[in-house]
Amino acid sequence: MTDRMETKESHSRSALKEFLFGARAELPILLGVAPFGMIYGVLATAASISALNAQAMSSVVFAGSSQFMLVQLLELGTPAIMMILTGLVINLRHALYSASIAPYTRHLSTAWKLILSYLLTDEAYAVAIMRYRESNPVRHKHWYFLGAGLALWTCWQLSTAAGIFLGTQVPPEWGLDFTLALTFIALAVPAINDRPSLLSAVSAGGTALLAWNLPYKLGLIAAALVGIAVGIWSEKR
Amino acid sequence: MSGIWIVMLAVGLLTFATRLSFVLLLESWQPPEIIRCGLRYVPVAVLTAIFLPEMLISDGSLNFTLLNPRLIAGIVAILVAWKTKSALWTIALGMLVYALVNLL
Repeated sequence: MTDRMETKESHSRSALKEFLFGARAELPILLGVAPFGMIYGVLATAASISALNAQAMSSVVFAGSSQFMLVQLLELGTPAIMMILTGLVINLRHALYSASIAPYTRHLSTAWKLILSYLLTDEAYAVAIMRYRESNPVRHKHWYFLGAGLALWTCWQLSTAAGIFLGTQVPPEWGLDFTLALTFIALAVPAINDRPSLLSAVSAGGTALLAWNLPYKLGLIAAALVGIAVGIWSEKR
Repeated sequence: MSGIWIVMLAVGLLTFATRLSFVLLLESWQPPEIIRCGLRYVPVAVLTAIFLPEMLISDGSLNFTLLNPRLIAGIVAILVAWKTKSALWTIALGMLVYALVNLL
């Protein structure tokens, strides 16, 4: 009996330890995430999205690049269906993370799977998959994932709130209208690191310019498809 | 319920479904190579398709002149992002140049 209790205690202690390790491993990444959360809050406010809606988006959507994209497309007066389609296309990459992490979460309950999937952002995936790929036989790696994911989630909510507050202090004549485009440049350009990604970016950008006048912002979807096709073609060549 | 909430809920649910897909349903099916390969280019393609027209189109027409503050600030930001890989420097210097050119 004492043995069993001891085992259970050490079990929960190592779960807590994994949780804290995961949160700690996420910390350096948060330094890069927090400014984006704040910029999102400022720009959403500048785009006259209410504080409640801007904050809600950070937990309902909980995906940086599609949140920026939604703010931009709302300002351009894009039809709802095109915003939803573009959001879907941008976030499809998460299916890759899902596929990559699935073999490690197979043994977990459905509740765990739902929670960890909600937390499966680029940054939490990057930290969790490194832990899963280590060959040591720790049994509580899902707690590590949870710690990393919750650390990121908390940081995203708090930095959004800080940004919304800052946004209400910024005079409207500052003209933050171009800052979103600069944010996209900051996200996209560092990801262009080889020939296929360069050709993908150039062809998508070119298509977007040529198709600018298409109705319902169809040019954006067309540009994305051309850019993806060119990237695949260039890589396979 | 306003339009923004419909969009927000739809994008949120679709994002959640995407993240959940393999974890809950398709545990043993791995996506084919062509899909993996294609998804790698999604962020770069979509983001460029959004920011390039923002730099070049003003008042509904293409503006390639060097008097276009968005074009100049955008080019500076692209160079800064490429050299430093820092989001903060990219946005800060881009905003500074945009403000300066607008003053001219």
